[in-house]
Amino acid sequence: MPQEPEERGPVVTPVRVVIALCLFAPFVAMLWVGSYAKIEPTLIGVPFFYWYQMAWVVISTVLTMVAYRLWQKDQAGRKASREGGASQ
Amino acid sequence: MNDGVNGVALAVFILFFVAVTVMGFLASRWRRAANENSLDEWGLGGRSFGTWVTWFLLGGDLYTAYTFVAVPAAIYAAGAAGFFAVPYTILIYPLMFVFLPRLWSVSHKHGYVTTSDFVRGRFGSKGLSLAVAVTGILATMPYIALQLVGIQAVLDVMGVGGGENTHWFIKDLPLLIAFGVLAAYTYSSGLRAPALIAFVKDALIYIVIAVAIIYIPIKLGGFDDIFAKAGDAFAQINPATEKPRGALAPADPSQWTYATLALGSALALFMYPHSVTAVLSSRSRDVIRRNSTILPLYSLMLGLLGLLGFMAIAAGIKVQNGQLAIPQLFEDMFPDWFTGVAFAAIGIGALVPAAIMSIAAANLFTRNIYKDFLKPDATPEQETKVSKMVSLLVKVGALVFVLGMDKTVAINFQLLGGIWILQTFPALVFGLFTRWFHRWALLAGWAVGMVYGTVAAYGVASPTQKHFGGSSAEIPGIGEIGYIGLTAFVLNLVVTVVLTFVLRAVKAPDGVDETSPEDYTVDAGDKGVQVELPPATAGAAH
Repeated sequence: MPQEPEERGPVVTPVRVVIALCLFAPFVAMLWVGSYAKIEPTLIGVPFFYWYQMAWVVISTVLTMVAYRLWQKDQAGRKASREGGASQ
Repeated sequence: MNDGVNGVALAVFILFFVAVTVMGFLASRWRRAANENSLDEWGLGGRSFGTWVTWFLLGGDLYTAYTFVAVPAAIYAAGAAGFFAVPYTILIYPLMFVFLPRLWSVSHKHGYVTTSDFVRGRFGSKGLSLAVAVTGILATMPYIALQLVGIQAVLDVMGVGGGENTHWFIKDLPLLIAFGVLAAYTYSSGLRAPALIAFVKDALIYIVIAVAIIYIPIKLGGFDDIFAKAGDAFAQINPATEKPRGALAPADPSQWTYATLALGSALALFMYPHSVTAVLSSRSRDVIRRNSTILPLYSLMLGLLGLLGFMAIAAGIKVQNGQLAIPQLFEDMFPDWFTGVAFAAIGIGALVPAAIMSIAAANLFTRNIYKDFLKPDATPEQETKVSKMVSLLVKVGALVFVLGMDKTVAINFQLLGGIWILQTFPALVFGLFTRWFHRWALLAGWAVGMVYGTVAAYGVASPTQKHFGGSSAEIPGIGEIGYIGLTAFVLNLVVTVVLTFVLRAVKAPDGVDETSPEDYTVDAGDKGVQVELPPATAGAAH
């Protein structure tokens, strides 16, 4: 039972803060409805309200991808340092 | 509206339907395992789906036919307020990224098939697990019923639904046939059938939307014209409510509603048993994280679909039942044969989630009610048999619901289902990260949330209904109008936290936790992770 936990080292690292921000940003942007509840400027006739939210689909996708890549790196780094015997 | 049967559209529709039916039955042969009688095999597709199959399966599962009819219908009815589906589906994926890999790991380590399995194992509480299971089944049934409502809308517009005067049997015959087909192949092929059919469904839907979003605006004179006409239509005062019909952008007071609906719905989505079923059937935790980066493609599609609601207004579509607005728009705008393709997309789009939902509800019943309470020594064969039967029963129940009651009843219950299912969030998601919460406190919080949500929803009146007229009400203490589900959730949380302090203080007995911290991060290939399949099948990469 007492296996090595997967993660080693400090729980909060700069990389992890960036990951958290990437994942948290869409919540701020989307739940702050007042920031985008307007008609102008329109894009090919579509009011701002609609194209802005659709743009956020793309933005949040990019942010999640960044988070995913960073997480992979983070995990790989930890694994390497563990297997290298550099405990703590 | 019902100007006879649209022959060409109907022929194309039937063609697709038959093709999909054949696929559904053949699906059981697709990457089959040696042991087809286990519940893992039938109910989770052998837990072997890779990134792309999972993507299609989840997409087919989360973005249902009803979504495709209801989101534009809501926008057709009230404008901006209906667009909350887009921020809602944006917020799902960061959440998915954070907690679902942990659920995958612990489930694969301990062989959990349902969320209730996990809750029971984590908190050692059959009562809490039963609460989660019952909520899941209750919330899923009306969801299945709504898929049938989606098929019905399409059949109506094609003219095969029959008028009010037709004999009920003739009127409902097409729906009965569609239903029979669905039931038969789910029974024989399990989760593999919807996974395979989801490919067809998604391909059709993407084609239809791409065409619709380019072709219809050209016919209607561009987006400028469409939104100008829609703006005029929304500004008109509705005599029933003495308020404008809707708005192109939400005004100050409705922004709270918009945000709380988006957040509450996003939190609720992965509590639904059918979403979890699709996630657990994936091959590794990496598949889930990767999916959280490619699933938003569907959200883009959903946003474009929403715009169809404005097009329906600009095209002068006038329907009594808002659900028919989009099918009617397709019929008016497209050539007949393409109308058939579009309707097939919606029809097949209903079958995929209906199949997965009935499987998920059946898994819950079998694992957490039948095995935990009725027959603890059930063999895997018996489990699978019961699950298959229950999936059939659940569908019959949904059918009776749709045929026997008014459509609004199904919609009301679906609304309630969303509020209810959100109340299982603390036990499941917080349970994945901490065991600080006490099992009895979680159960009490759940009960408070369920009761508050139901009572509050009962009290909402609309111009056409006295009760269950909507899903938002005044938030006590804040005074803004917000999503009832989220208010109930906050209440649930407060009760849970306070009671946990109390119960910890009086040293109430804690349940046994059969999981350990490292179970939440294991991945496929690690020691002790159950593949539960002969390697030949589990490793069949896609």
